[in-house]
Formats: sequence, C-alpha cells, structure tokens
Amino acid sequence: MTAETTKQPTPAAPAPAPSDLSTAADRPDVKMSARDVHVHYGDTHAIKGVTMNVNAREVTALIGPSGCGKSTFLRCFNRMNDTVASARVDGEILLDTQDIHAPEIDVVQLRARVGMVFQKPNPFPKSIYDNVAYGPRIHGLVRNRADLDEVVETSLQKAGLWDEVSDRLEVPGTSLSGGQQQRLCIARAIAVNPEVILMDEPCSALDPIATARIEELIEDLRQRYAIVVVTHSMQQAARISQRTAFFHLGHLVEYGETGALFTSPQQEKTKDYITGRYG
Amino acid sequence: MASASDRPASRHRDGGRAQWHSPAMTRRIRRRYLGDRLFRAAGLAALTAAGLFLLLLVGNIAWQARTGFFQTELRLEVAIPADVAAGETPGSPGFGAAVDAYPWRSVALSALRERFGADSRGDLASLRGLISRGGAAVALRAAVRDDPTLIGRRATLWLPASEPADQWAKDRDAATALSERQVGWLESFAAAGDLKTHFNGRFFATGNSRDPALAGIGGAVIGSFLTLLVTLAVAFPIGVFTAIYLEEFAPQNRITDFIEVNINNLAAVPSIVFGLLGLQVFLNTFGMPRSAPVVGGLTLALMTLPTIIISGRAALKAVPNSIRDAALGLGASRTQVVLHHVLPAAMPGMLTGTIIGMAQALGETAPLLMIGMVAFIVEVPASFTEAATVLPVQIYMWAELPEAAYRAKTAAGISVLLIFLISMNALAVYLRNRFETK
Ligand SMILES: Nc1ncnc2c1ncn2[C@@H]1O[C@H](COP(=O)(O)OP(=O)(O)OP(=O)(O)O)[C@@H](O)[C@H]1O
Ligand SMILES: [Mg+2]
Repeated sequence: MTAETTKQPTPAAPAPAPSDLSTAADRPDVKMSARDVHVHYGDTHAIKGVTMNVNAREVTALIGPSGCGKSTFLRCFNRMNDTVASARVDGEILLDTQDIHAPEIDVVQLRARVGMVFQKPNPFPKSIYDNVAYGPRIHGLVRNRADLDEVVETSLQKAGLWDEVSDRLEVPGTSLSGGQQQRLCIARAIAVNPEVILMDEPCSALDPIATARIEELIEDLRQRYAIVVVTHSMQQAARISQRTAFFHLGHLVEYGETGALFTSPQQEKTKDYITGRYG
Repeated sequence: MASASDRPASRHRDGGRAQWHSPAMTRRIRRRYLGDRLFRAAGLAALTAAGLFLLLLVGNIAWQARTGFFQTELRLEVAIPADVAAGETPGSPGFGAAVDAYPWRSVALSALRERFGADSRGDLASLRGLISRGGAAVALRAAVRDDPTLIGRRATLWLPASEPADQWAKDRDAATALSERQVGWLESFAAAGDLKTHFNGRFFATGNSRDPALAGIGGAVIGSFLTLLVTLAVAFPIGVFTAIYLEEFAPQNRITDFIEVNINNLAAVPSIVFGLLGLQVFLNTFGMPRSAPVVGGLTLALMTLPTIIISGRAALKAVPNSIRDAALGLGASRTQVVLHHVLPAAMPGMLTGTIIGMAQALGETAPLLMIGMVAFIVEVPASFTEAATVLPVQIYMWAELPEAAYRAKTAAGISVLLIFLISMNALAVYLRNRFETK
C-alpha cells in the first residue's frame, strides 16, 4: 500500500487541489472515487466538495462529529440519496471507470454491485433463508433451488452466522438477536456478490462481543471487497481500517493511511477531534 | 411576607437535594396513587358502560327477534281435487303452470270447513282468518308439485297459520285480534297436536311478501351479497392502487396535496350525496337498470373508496422505512420494494380498512334509496342486473309495517345484519392474524 496522504483544504481555506487526483479510471487499486461531490438537502449544504478514493481490498473508515455528513456521503456511493426527495447530488462518482450517474447506469444494478449495511439492523420480516435469498432471487443470480441453497449457506458462513442458524433457517429474521440480525444483514448484502460494501455504523447497536465478531467479519470480507465503514469509535476505525477520512461540517478535512492519521494528523481540526477535544 | 423557606417547594428541597422522606413527599406519592386509581377506575367504568349498552342493544334485538325466526303451522287433512291440472302430464311445463294457477286457498278452506263443519258466511270468514293467505297456497302447491299422485286423494299437510293465529300461538296471553270462536278452533288444533311452532327455514330463502308468513330475508341477503361483491370488486383494487400510488410513487407536489385533501373531504361527504351521484351517473347517464345490485354496488363503491384509500395509506405509512431502505439497498426496484415488502406488510391494515368500509356499505340505506333499491321485491335476485333490495332497506321497509309479525321480522332482519357484520369483522381479524404471522 502506498503511503500517500490526500490532504483536503480546511473549510476556512479552500483552494489547493488535492495532491492526488488520479481516479479509479487510471489506478487499478482504486475501486471507487468521488470528485468534487456536493450534496444539498433543500437549502442545507450537507457535503461541500469532497474528493477521495476508495481502494479495492481495503477498509476505508469515515469519522467525524455527528451531523458532519458521513452518512450522507456514504449514501452517495450507491445513490441511496436518490430516494430522498429533497436531496441533490452534484459531482462525479466513479465505480471502476464509470460514472455512476451516467444515464446508461441502472441504479438498481448499481445497488447490487455496491451493497449497503445500515446502522440499525433491518432484516425483512421473512425467514432467515428468504432474507439472504432475496437479492439472488430478484437479480436472477441462481438457476435452481440447489444453487440458491448454496448461496444462502456460503453467505451465512461468510457472515459468521451459519453455525448459529443452520438448523432454523425458516424462523423470521426479526426473531434473532441484534448482533445476529446485523450479521444476517451483512450476509444478505454479500449474497448478491457485490464489489463494494458500505456500512453505516454497523456496530452502534451492538455489545462489545457482537462488535468484535462484526469487526472480525469486516477484516475477512476485506480480502474480497472494498469496504467503507462509518464509525463513531476512533478505536474501531484504528482497529479495522487501512485508511481513514475525517469529515467536519460537510468538508473532508483529512484523508490518509489510518496509522498515520491517528499518530500524526496534519490538520489542527483532526488532531483536536482524535484527541477528544470536541465532537 | 413569608420567607423563602416557608414556600411549599422548598420543603422538599434542602440545599438543592430532594427530601424523599419528607411528609410532603409522602403526601404527594399518596395523591399520585389515588390519581392512578381514579384514572383506571374511570377507564373501567367507561368500558363497562359501553359493554352494557352493547349488551342491552343486542339483547333487546335478540329478544324481539326470537319469534321472527319461527312460524306456526296447522295440520289439516286436505282433499286434493281431481281436476287439478287435468289433461297435463306431471313434470311438463303445462302441469306446473296449471298447479300454480289452481285456486288452492279454497281447497284449504274446504278442509277447514270439513273439520269444523261451519257453514254461515261469518263462520267462513273466521275460518279463512286462521290460515295464511298466500302461505297455504304455497304449501299445497309445493306438496302437489313434489308428489303429483296426491291429486284426487286426501293428504295430511302442515299449512302456515295466519298472522294473528301465529301471534296467538307464540304468546297466548297477549291481546289478540282473533274472535273467541277462532281461539276455540285453534285450541282444538293444539289439543289434537295439530298446531306447532317451528323454526322458519323459509325466512332465509324467500323475498319480501305482503303475507308475513311468506316474507323472508333471503332476497335481501342475496341482494346485499351481490351488491357488496360489486362494491368490493370495484373499490378494493382502485383503492389499493390509489393508496400505493399516492404513498409510494406520487411526487410531492401541489397536485398530490390537492388530491389528498379532496380524498379526505370525500370521506366526510354524507352518503346520500353518493346516492345522488349514482342516480345521475349510472341511471340517468349510462342508463343502467334501476334497483339493480350492480348500480347499488357501484354507488357504494364510490362511498367506500375514500375509506379504503385512507386506511390503505395509513397502513403503507406504518411500514418502517428501514424495510424500504433494506430492499432498495439490495438493488430492488421501487415496484419490487412495494410488491415484495411494503404491500405484504401493509396488507393486514389494508384489509382491515377495506372490511370496515364494506361493513359500512352493508349497513348503508340512504344512497340506495336514491337509486331505487327501496322497491318491494318478491323474487330472490339471481343476477347483478335484476331488481333487488338489501338488508338495511328490507329492515327499514318492515319497520314501517303495523303487524306484530313484521315487528318480529324487523328484529330478525337486524339480527341477520348483525351476524353478517360480526362475521365480516371476524374475517378481518382472521386475515390480519394470518398475514401477520407470515
Ligand atoms: N433526509 C434529510 N433531509 C434533510 N437534511 C438531512 C437529511 N439527512 C441528513 N440531513 C442533514 O445533513 C447533514 C448531515 O447528516 P448526516 O446524516 O450525513 O450526518 P452524520 O455525519 O451521518 O451524523 P451522525 O454521525 O449523527 O449519523 C445534517 O446537518 C443533517 O441535518
Ligand atoms: Mg449517520
């Protein structure tokens, strides 16, 4: 991994272009890239010109004080903001080499390629099996029941839930514990074999043991997917991510290798935040 | 002026700390408990009162209806004349017509005369007053049609008693319109075991009649059923699709708001206005048949639509957004999200709303009066375009008649209506539970 650090201008002093403007278009290790992304909710300017890359086979953590726009930015990557009537997204976001806002991009297919796990576990009120099978079914990824069974089993295994539920796949997903539900949601997301997984505070509703399991899982999943995680816990960001982006009031203040960002932040704001002076 | 320490607030507080064991605090707790108990008692009292009213209503109707489901019959030995349908082979259409046309009432009268040997004109009138006008003819006709070999022979048959005789049999102590002579005859019937009051199955099979012994609720039940079928078939799909479109797909703009406000207004429009609309549109403009279930059903569908749309939207709103997000995040299209997740989750609520709307429609009279469903209809309707009446209208028409028998039939009709309503609500509960456990 290269140790370059993309510094963003502080909100007070916009101007110098980021040192690294290479995008997914010319870098094979870059999976997604955002270029000068702005998001407005009606009159609220929630994301103010963010430019950053998401690398393949890495965990990218988004940190920052509450309300700074982490969730909003995360939802840009699979165009979930399209479902918010008041939201408007400007700028360019590339998946591999393609702009995801291009007219020929089918947003439904995009969301299959860029999966999402939400803050609150939200299994469908259907059986565990149907939860995991739903994605493959609607996208026609399997030809017969045996294939589907296999996808369900491997997805649950990858999500570390198989051993706990293999004998009761027909019970409702909503009857599982919070941590199990979150792993079910992860299994559901990886069942469609996405290229990128977006996670919005996936552990905020979980106890330390369940959190540890999810963190292990994220580490495993990193081998195959590009992962973007929003987290409020800087310890978690340090534990699980390779790169960290610090947001403040809609600006990307600092983005770089996790170790470097936490040990020697380049920006005063970042230093204040990670030393717990505010936020 | 009192110092600050005398003020009630400061008694609980001492240097900013609450005094949890002070007498004032204890009093406050006791007052709170009393308040809790009073509140619960008030709730219980309200519930009891509501329950009592309901019990009173249902009990009163059931009490009045008890005789409406029964009919008294008299056993008579009848000589079936040999000239009934002379020259016709049994089973042919001509035979049936001839049997129907025969003056059966005089046959029944002769049987009575034979039994009591009365001859004077007055006696004959009194005898005639014992058996039901139309009922006796219907019973004799049915007997001969069933068994043509009876023609020219004597048969012992049960014939429906007249309305006053029926009332006398049901309550012998009540004031009666019968003469002493007639009561004497009836007593002799009873003594011989030739008088019985039995459950009136015909009540559920026939339409209206001027003869209380023949009047039944069957025609109105079928009429209501056909009407509601039309209402359901029209209002449910339109209502559900409207609710889905407004809730899940419509852009948030002025037009949507305008439509929404107007649907809410429609729900508050008096039902008779829908009757006027139905009269103008379906009868006058489209020239559909008067009094027909199809027109009644369409009119009631107009009335029920707002209810279904509003309850449907409420049910859709109650589906948590996290479910929509989850499906969208997996790459489901808007339509798939609605069909696979939102609609199944909202279905119990939608069905409940629909059934409540249908129950309202079932009990509705005013709009149907406007489209002529208040007609006197003897035949049980067999199609959507035949003249028909519905339960509440039938009840309303019986309630206007003076005879005690119709009073009982009114109550019996109300019971039938209530049973329908209860069954519909039970169905709503059943469907809700079924869909929810899925
Ligand atoms: N649906 C919405 N409509 C209007 N404004 C919104 C909406 N969602 C978010 N916002 C606004 O956008 C800004 C960023 O919100 P966002 O949810 O992205 O913050 P966040 O960093 O995820 O916060 P948290 O850490 O508390 O989850 C906030 O000021 C918020 O009020
Ligand atoms: Mg958030």
